[in-house]
Amino acid sequence: MNRPLAKGLLSALAVIIALIWAFPVYWMVSSSFIPTAILQSFIPTFFPLNGTVSNYTGAIADGSFFSALGMSVAITLTVVLFCIVFAFLAAAAISRFRFRGRRSFVIAVLIVQMLPAEGLFIAQYKMVSSVHLLDSVVGVSVIYIAAVVPFTIWMLRGFVAGVPVDLEEAAMVDGLSRFGAFMRITFPLLAPGLVASGVYAFLQAWNEFTVALVLLPSEAAQTLPLWLRGFVQASATRETDWGQVMAASTLVAVPVIIFFLIVQGRLTSGLVSGAVKG
Amino acid sequence: MSADALTRVNNRRGIRAPHLLLIPAIAILVLGMGYPVIWQIVTSFQEYGLKQQFGQAPSFVGLDNYITLATDPQLWVVVGKSLAFCLITAFVTLGLGTLLALLMSAVTTTARLVLQVALLLAWSMPVVSAMTVWIWLFDRRRGAINYLLDMVPGVDMNRFDWLSTPFTFLLVASIIVVWMSVPFVSFSVYAGLTQVSDEVMEAAQLDGATGWQRFWGIILPMIRPVISIVLLLQLIWDLRVFTQIKLLQDAGSKSGDYDLLGTYIYKLGTSAQDFGMASAVSILVLGITIALSWFYIRSLLKEDVA
Repeated sequence: MNRPLAKGLLSALAVIIALIWAFPVYWMVSSSFIPTAILQSFIPTFFPLNGTVSNYTGAIADGSFFSALGMSVAITLTVVLFCIVFAFLAAAAISRFRFRGRRSFVIAVLIVQMLPAEGLFIAQYKMVSSVHLLDSVVGVSVIYIAAVVPFTIWMLRGFVAGVPVDLEEAAMVDGLSRFGAFMRITFPLLAPGLVASGVYAFLQAWNEFTVALVLLPSEAAQTLPLWLRGFVQASATRETDWGQVMAASTLVAVPVIIFFLIVQGRLTSGLVSGAVKG
Repeated sequence: MSADALTRVNNRRGIRAPHLLLIPAIAILVLGMGYPVIWQIVTSFQEYGLKQQFGQAPSFVGLDNYITLATDPQLWVVVGKSLAFCLITAFVTLGLGTLLALLMSAVTTTARLVLQVALLLAWSMPVVSAMTVWIWLFDRRRGAINYLLDMVPGVDMNRFDWLSTPFTFLLVASIIVVWMSVPFVSFSVYAGLTQVSDEVMEAAQLDGATGWQRFWGIILPMIRPVISIVLLLQLIWDLRVFTQIKLLQDAGSKSGDYDLLGTYIYKLGTSAQDFGMASAVSILVLGITIALSWFYIRSLLKEDVA
């Protein structure tokens, strides 16, 4: 087979696979604009002609969406803020100093990063409930920060190490203190790293389901993923209103998709960097 | 950064600064992860059931929980199912992801970008949103999948209930997990493929190596480090799968036949309120995870030294 033809065929195949892969996302967004009456038919509607936003107004009508949005925003901001600060300090320590216990700390961070919430939620529930912090922003945030901080340390470590220490030393020769040199020279160069870590923490806190399910039992304290699950369940007790459910689902997904696209390159290389660099 | 520069910095500033910088991170890790792990280990050796939930002090029972588990056939069924689910899903993900990465490197730029955008969309979907769409796609009466399959001549999928048998239930879960995980694998492997030098490939081609030989002889050995790390991460992630199973159980059956380890522990802890047993199973999951992770951690540590 000649090469241009093979390339053409493979390209066509790639586009077909792309369409299949993107289909569920398309389906969610498209259906969220289709009136319920049309979705009730047994023949699927593949294009949102005669679109409507009534599904969206229906999904947020009872106000619980906004309370969940508030909860998600409060938790996410707390987690992002603390993660960035804590991870930044730790990353500066492990990439700018050699000290006793450094290696043990790095190993501990890497092990903690692998511990699954799915194996710890009983203990986390017990701990948080014993200090009466169930259904609170604080309780769930502490668990999230602990879960997210290891990877952000690891990610930022790479950024800090990427700024040559010689730059700082030059600034110190010119009369800055070590701290001053770090803050004036290295810190500004870390902006992309801090953004990437922040977005990573955002994605984790915004999407998390398991821990939230356990630590936020009351309906008033739901985050968006819990709200979406509750919305689907409530809808299922009647005839499921798929239009509204898809609108709800889209509302939860859109901020994530936007932020994710910003940070994805960093995520891949952060997870497998050692192996890819080759 | 040279080791020399580091020592200089160190000597100038004494030994205490780095430890101070680590305090916040260590404090939060001890509180959020360390304490729960220790509590869980201790509790796995205790009788901690309904009575203890109502105030009775838990009593140490040695290895009783573990012995009960080891002799409980139901647990072994769940462990077996979880392992099978994890292995099959992880290897299918790896296979498909690698194929798509190879495809990316063989097609025109436009086609590659289209494929990458589609994969990114799937990757970025929050898991609860993704589950909601997939549950609708597989819906018995109004799902698009039954509708499309039914159009194939000779196939009768009208009102087929995917969630009504454990096998099709887990098949659906596996399809969804593969759909979500393939993008990460593809992007990682593709990043690895771009490191394979063009000259080597051309030389091999001139020497008459077929595409198949070039794949097994040159490409695969060169991307093996990426492949093994990606596979490891998939195994770890697929073993702990919880959200997908939990949400599919919302839509289908909550019976024990549809449990994997995550939901099994959840039910032990919530419905049965048996924290002792739930902790023991959790320790099993943590143990398997750490054993699997060790290779991954070692490879990351190598990078830290570099």
